[in-house]
Amino acid sequence: MANFESVAQAVMAGKEAQVKDEVKSLVDSGAAPLDIINQGLIAGMNVVGARFKNGEMFVPEVLMAARSMASGIEIVKPLIADKDMPNKGTVVIGTVKGDLHDIGKNLVAMMLESGGFKVVNIGIDIPPEKFVDAVKEHNPQIVAMSALLTTTMLHMKDTIELFKEEGIREKAKVIVGGAPISQDFSDEIGADGFAPDAASAVELCKSLLGVA
Amino acid sequence: MALIVGELINTSRKAIKPAVENKDAEFIKDLAQKQVDAGANYVDVNCGTMVFNEPEMMAWLVETIQEKVSAPLCIDSPNPKALEVGLSLAKNGQPMVNSITAEKERYSTILPMVLKYKTKIVALCMDDSGMPETAEDRLKIATKLVGDLTAAGVSEGDIYLDPLVKPVSTGDKAGLEVLETIYQIKQKYPNVHGICGLSNISYGLPNRKILNQVFMIQTMTMGMDAYILDPLDKTMMGFVYASTALLGQDQFCMNYLTVHRNGLYE
Repeated sequence: MANFESVAQAVMAGKEAQVKDEVKSLVDSGAAPLDIINQGLIAGMNVVGARFKNGEMFVPEVLMAARSMASGIEIVKPLIADKDMPNKGTVVIGTVKGDLHDIGKNLVAMMLESGGFKVVNIGIDIPPEKFVDAVKEHNPQIVAMSALLTTTMLHMKDTIELFKEEGIREKAKVIVGGAPISQDFSDEIGADGFAPDAASAVELCKSLLGVA
Repeated sequence: MALIVGELINTSRKAIKPAVENKDAEFIKDLAQKQVDAGANYVDVNCGTMVFNEPEMMAWLVETIQEKVSAPLCIDSPNPKALEVGLSLAKNGQPMVNSITAEKERYSTILPMVLKYKTKIVALCMDDSGMPETAEDRLKIATKLVGDLTAAGVSEGDIYLDPLVKPVSTGDKAGLEVLETIYQIKQKYPNVHGICGLSNISYGLPNRKILNQVFMIQTMTMGMDAYILDPLDKTMMGFVYASTALLGQDQFCMNYLTVHRNGLYE
């Protein structure tokens, strides 16, 4: 018999087919779609995030869990009005100009999405002007920038400076991450936050927006 | 015998950053010497995290290291200014540059220095279209790099192709694609070398050292003949010598026996 707990367990185990079956049977039994998401799917993914951060779960398991969760969401999404979908906030995320690394950035995007954020992933090699355009278009609460190269990390600073020039610096919090990035660097360029890994990035976004 | 580039002098490593910031010459010299003693043929120099004064720190590192060791240096930076300064000061044998890519801007900025200083060159298989996924993508870029570099006057034997290693945690075939790439490269260009770092492969997984060591052995079997690694890791170096002997690249197993007598396997 499917219940929220068993959906959460299936997400944690990364069992996509089982998640789909259980979500369908919960829907059939009349469970509220939003509860299935919040108490089943997201609840399971929250545990995955915590275990990942503690080093008890690893990247491939997180990817499988996220994929399972997404399949569950697909089933219940048509039953919920868009405005009622859980949304902790919108995050625009991209890798800065001159930098083609996408693995870490995509991991962060996936963890944020799984954590209930709406994520607009604008890709790699994103010049400051494109970050500005994305802020104007999507009105995010958070802009997340990634850089893996010591030669490209300064474009984070350029982007923040351009936000100021364009008068949109206060519209969104800016967070940064990537192998060469540190808290010191984040402070130095005037970002609002730094996270050392994907799970911490989710916590950082939650704390910046004051959401649970 | 595979060429070993000792990777430890890199300011992105926590133990190194303060030593470089405080210009602790003895610490740096000691670390360079230890790596050479452990079998490093080249000493890598990377201070890329010093974004506000990288060329200045590069100069200090190169001069400091050369006061102690006579092994050649691998000047490691994507920053042309830091490369130029490092190369202009490098006096131990033939320096190596890490790295050039097929990205148009990077290629045209770095190539003149490779020619001017007659360096060995690490050529990373990526271009402006992004990171390659498959062996086929990598081979296409490798072919372009080898063709362009040799046309410009770089000899095949000075080219070290890095197939670009991605984590197996985010793509099941990430290891296999590299193995396939290096095999094909050696078939096509027997005189061109293959080089890679070993830590990317294990990102996101537990027991990273084991994965790194096994990947070294697998890639060497496919024809990789240079590594950027931590030569103070005795297990890793033990596998390097053992693997080399087993692949028939160590006449009368002399290197293997020498490191055995020196206590590497104790």
